Amino acid sequence: MANPHDYATAAPEIFLALAAMALLMLGVFRGNRSTRSLCWLAVASFAIALLLVFQAPAERSVSFAGMYVADSFTAFVKAMVLIASGAGLIMSMGYIRDEGMARFEYPVLFMLATLGMMMMVSANDLIALYMGIELQSLALYVIAAFQRDSLRSTEAGLKYFVLGALSSGMLLYGCSLIYGFTGATGFDAIAVALKGQEHAGIGLIVGIVFLCAGLAFKVSAVPFHMWTPDVYEGAPTPVTAFFAVAPKIAALALFMRALIVPFLAISADWQQIIIVISIASMLLGAFAAIWQDNIKRLMAYSSIGHVGYALIGLAAGSTEGVRGVLVYLAIYLAMNVGTFACILCMRRKTGMVEGVSDLAGLSKSNPMMALALAIFMFSMAGIPPLGGFFGKFYVFIAAMNAELYALAVIGVLASVVGAFYYLRIIKVMYFDEPGEPFEGPMSVEMRAIIGLCSIVVVFFAFYTAPFVASAEVAAAALVP
Amino acid sequence: MILQGLTFYLFAAIAVAAATMVVSARNPVHSVLFLILTFFTTAGLFVLIGAEFLAMVLVVVYVGAVAVLFMFVVMMLDINFVEMREGFLQYMPIGVLVGIILLVELLMILGTATMSPEVMAAGTEPIPDLAQRQNTAALGDVIYTKYIYLFQAAGMILLTAMIGAIVLTLRQRPGVRKQVVAKQLARRREDAVELKKVQPGQGI
Repeated sequence: MANPHDYATAAPEIFLALAAMALLMLGVFRGNRSTRSLCWLAVASFAIALLLVFQAPAERSVSFAGMYVADSFTAFVKAMVLIASGAGLIMSMGYIRDEGMARFEYPVLFMLATLGMMMMVSANDLIALYMGIELQSLALYVIAAFQRDSLRSTEAGLKYFVLGALSSGMLLYGCSLIYGFTGATGFDAIAVALKGQEHAGIGLIVGIVFLCAGLAFKVSAVPFHMWTPDVYEGAPTPVTAFFAVAPKIAALALFMRALIVPFLAISADWQQIIIVISIASMLLGAFAAIWQDNIKRLMAYSSIGHVGYALIGLAAGSTEGVRGVLVYLAIYLAMNVGTFACILCMRRKTGMVEGVSDLAGLSKSNPMMALALAIFMFSMAGIPPLGGFFGKFYVFIAAMNAELYALAVIGVLASVVGAFYYLRIIKVMYFDEPGEPFEGPMSVEMRAIIGLCSIVVVFFAFYTAPFVASAEVAAAALVP
Repeated sequence: MILQGLTFYLFAAIAVAAATMVVSARNPVHSVLFLILTFFTTAGLFVLIGAEFLAMVLVVVYVGAVAVLFMFVVMMLDINFVEMREGFLQYMPIGVLVGIILLVELLMILGTATMSPEVMAAGTEPIPDLAQRQNTAALGDVIYTKYIYLFQAAGMILLTAMIGAIVLTLRQRPGVRKQVVAKQLARRREDAVELKKVQPGQGI
């Protein structure tokens, strides 16, 4: 049944899997000396996989007995995931060398995690969904604990593992209930089984609730967000940068597909769940970050808030909503990668520093980095004309058109509160007494990443129309 | 038919007896040995109903790997099992009571539940008749065709788990003296033995 066509549609995944195994072999034979070259090879593999993603035909093709789907939505999201992973790996190279964790498994685990994310994005079946999530999570648990001699890193890995296992259990329980009450595991088959129904039976609703709980864990939406600040703080900084972007994008894409494709007929039933977790995430992200002094914890709460805004688009459940989420995620990618690249440059002679107060007077000691960080912070706060404003704009528009006025209003209010702590960072950088400057010149890779991300964020206003149009095409592939 | 029935009762009786011994044996090593016996006889039961694949997996995976692992754990950990079992008699009445209540509840559910014919049909549909296809072959038919994507994905997950276990636990300790065969073979007589001519009456 798996004919050559099936393998052709899954070419990016197959290539990435083979490349990961080849690099693993290379690493085993060459040892840890080769870590840096393996990292670059892994980045090259991401680039080739990206080419393969773009080469695939745009129309929807379902393969492997309905378990794997490729369409313009998956292509759009996979492109973001691959770019985020590549950027995450490039940002890691200096750090893992300096911190003595440059072992050759690092790039291999990045590739396996990315493979899992691509499988999540392309999952069209509850079993394929679970397989993708597990592959991604398992690799991420190990990467979180990669600095195995550091107590904080191992604690982060263990915490992430235990809570991740719990969420997988809930997800599986939900999947089994959904299978039991609809008689199918494939998303398309479930949609057929539910055709013409106004409301789901109580058993199916319980199943959907558990599925949402499991997925909310993976995107770290309230009330399943508790692990996020601890894991983000404890994990090595480049790993945190990776966690904050690529897995979130993949999990949100999966969240959208797993609710919209099979359960569109009964959207009134799951919409309320998404509205509640979206509001809770936005509010917690806005208020809890105010008291944080550790910048990694602050970014964790900020990412919880951003997930809340993105979920507004899912709550709308329309093509417009999905389009909004995709635009939001793309800008989120640029802002977060840029911010974490700046955080990774916060190094003094004594080692990495993570306090917000350590940024004091950055505008004098390193004006370019201060300017870039200020741009990212303004963008995250949603100040026009920067990219972050457009991300929020498109999800709020979708919410208004779906008549979710309360959701949109709370979203705007939460973003006003959230602006406080983003602006506080800018205040610390520009108006506080300078502290000890950060060490040394930034590496070429870091400069390139920070520069590129700032360009994307600043000039987003000029290419909004074509970008939103391509997001629209991708969204139309998901919502019929 | 009679022979099959007799074999079933023989295997079943041994399995139940061995399982009882697993939890009641005083020596934990004996427990593991009885566990192996239980696995083996259960595998025999699977063969009787024509599920030879499950039987093989039970022997290969559970006896070959899991039981051996248990054996390692039991022998390596210093657990006082006798102490753990203290107070067993004290808890037994409540335990038996809970067990009986559970059994009654299960019987009540199983006694009243009925399966609709469609559900039964949906469950048996993918299984070809035993007379036509052995179940190992039937499993192979779907695993390598319909479920190839999931099968390969499971392989990648196991690979990740293996890499993870090695990354997090394998440590190269410095200063360990390892046997280097090449070095041993390259050693010549002159490097190791020195002949001294000892003059009589002088010593070295």
